[in-house]
Amino acid sequence: MKKVYPDAKSALDGVLFDGMFIAAGGFGLCGIPELLIAAIRDAGTKNLTIASNNAGVDGFGLGVLLQTRQVKKMISSYVGENAEFMRQYLSGELELEFNPQGTLAERMRAGGAGIPGFYTKTGVGTVIADGKEVKSFDGQDYILERGIVSDLSIVKAWKADPSGNLVFRKTARNFNCPAATCGRVCVAEVEEIVPLGALDPDKIHVPGIYVHRLIAGPHEKRIEQRTVRKRESA
Amino acid sequence: MAWDRNQMAARAAQELQDGWYVNLGIGIPTLVSNYIPEGVEVTLQSENGMLGMGPFPFEGEEDPDLINAGKQTITELPQTAYFDSAQSFAMIRGGKIAMAILGAMEVAENGDLANWMIPGKLVKGMGGAMDLVAGVGRVVVVMDHTSKHGESKVLKACTLPLTGKGVVNRIISNLGVLDVVPGGLRIVELADGVSEAELRAATEATIVN
Repeated sequence: MKKVYPDAKSALDGVLFDGMFIAAGGFGLCGIPELLIAAIRDAGTKNLTIASNNAGVDGFGLGVLLQTRQVKKMISSYVGENAEFMRQYLSGELELEFNPQGTLAERMRAGGAGIPGFYTKTGVGTVIADGKEVKSFDGQDYILERGIVSDLSIVKAWKADPSGNLVFRKTARNFNCPAATCGRVCVAEVEEIVPLGALDPDKIHVPGIYVHRLIAGPHEKRIEQRTVRKRESA
Repeated sequence: MAWDRNQMAARAAQELQDGWYVNLGIGIPTLVSNYIPEGVEVTLQSENGMLGMGPFPFEGEEDPDLINAGKQTITELPQTAYFDSAQSFAMIRGGKIAMAILGAMEVAENGDLANWMIPGKLVKGMGGAMDLVAGVGRVVVVMDHTSKHGESKVLKACTLPLTGKGVVNRIISNLGVLDVVPGGLRIVELADGVSEAELRAATEATIVN
């Protein structure tokens, strides 16, 4: 069982195909699998359906796959930072399925947990409920949402050990956990692969059973909105 | 005269109660954290996976792994906890968050809220807003009472796609504070220098006593 690959290209070898469904971790540009996204761009895989909370920005994150027209459809909750996305969507070149953020996270979690559907009150009485089963529990209406199982999941963690156990840092965990679980194949990229035994088994965020392939590499980790406060003058 | 952005945020901060877990939306709601009353301890949830959100970092201490739901760099506090997005929305959907303070494009007298898209024009998405309004204990909306063109945004019925149906409890606008009650909206408070007649004139929704 060898999970560690030398680079993103080799880690994706044999798992990419046109028309595939990919689930991606990340929130905004925080905790995005930037190395794997670049490798998918280089591979030229087309007609992708991608479930990801956001769509990156112009020229970074999933935005690079939009610029190369490799994406057929996005399943996202918020795409406000991406002008090219807006343009392609409003001109009808790109399909978009809006999911409420919590519904998208739970769809991934459920898919990975073998739960094909769940009822939620999120979106009841809105366009999100159109065409979905409505069921009343204890006098409250809920809609049926489906679990997601993707052909491939791409995630980014802070550290991993060679068995695929993943550890995240601060808010970079976000969608990476549920996305890692819902893929038939999950490829993870990390900043550092540490030796077996170097991670505290009590502090593993994603157990290695979910992770099939693993790479380490340098990350740009671009900041989307740099906000600071002034130091009090002495 | 009316309240400005900071005065609206300060008024919204008066809604906070000691011990509450609260989610603040993007824009004016974010400013609410600057006005948390003395002696009131609230824990701010950021739906990208954090409880106990701290202030913006000092220059040079920004961490790309530490952002809020508006993608702004922030800091952690001694009580901070991090978690993934599924866990984050489990606590939202599960009713553990006492209150959400959100912006709005339109609010209706029955508590309907629209704040996520303008068909054919503005397509940003709902983010976590639909989950929040469906799941939290209390929803307070902070908004300008009228559009740039002077049209009321406090309506009998929303014209834009809804974020939630019958979800708003209280509206804090530049003109005052209104509660959603059976039959319409009830005036709770007028902003500084705003008369009841002015508030009524700027409100399309039914106002009940």
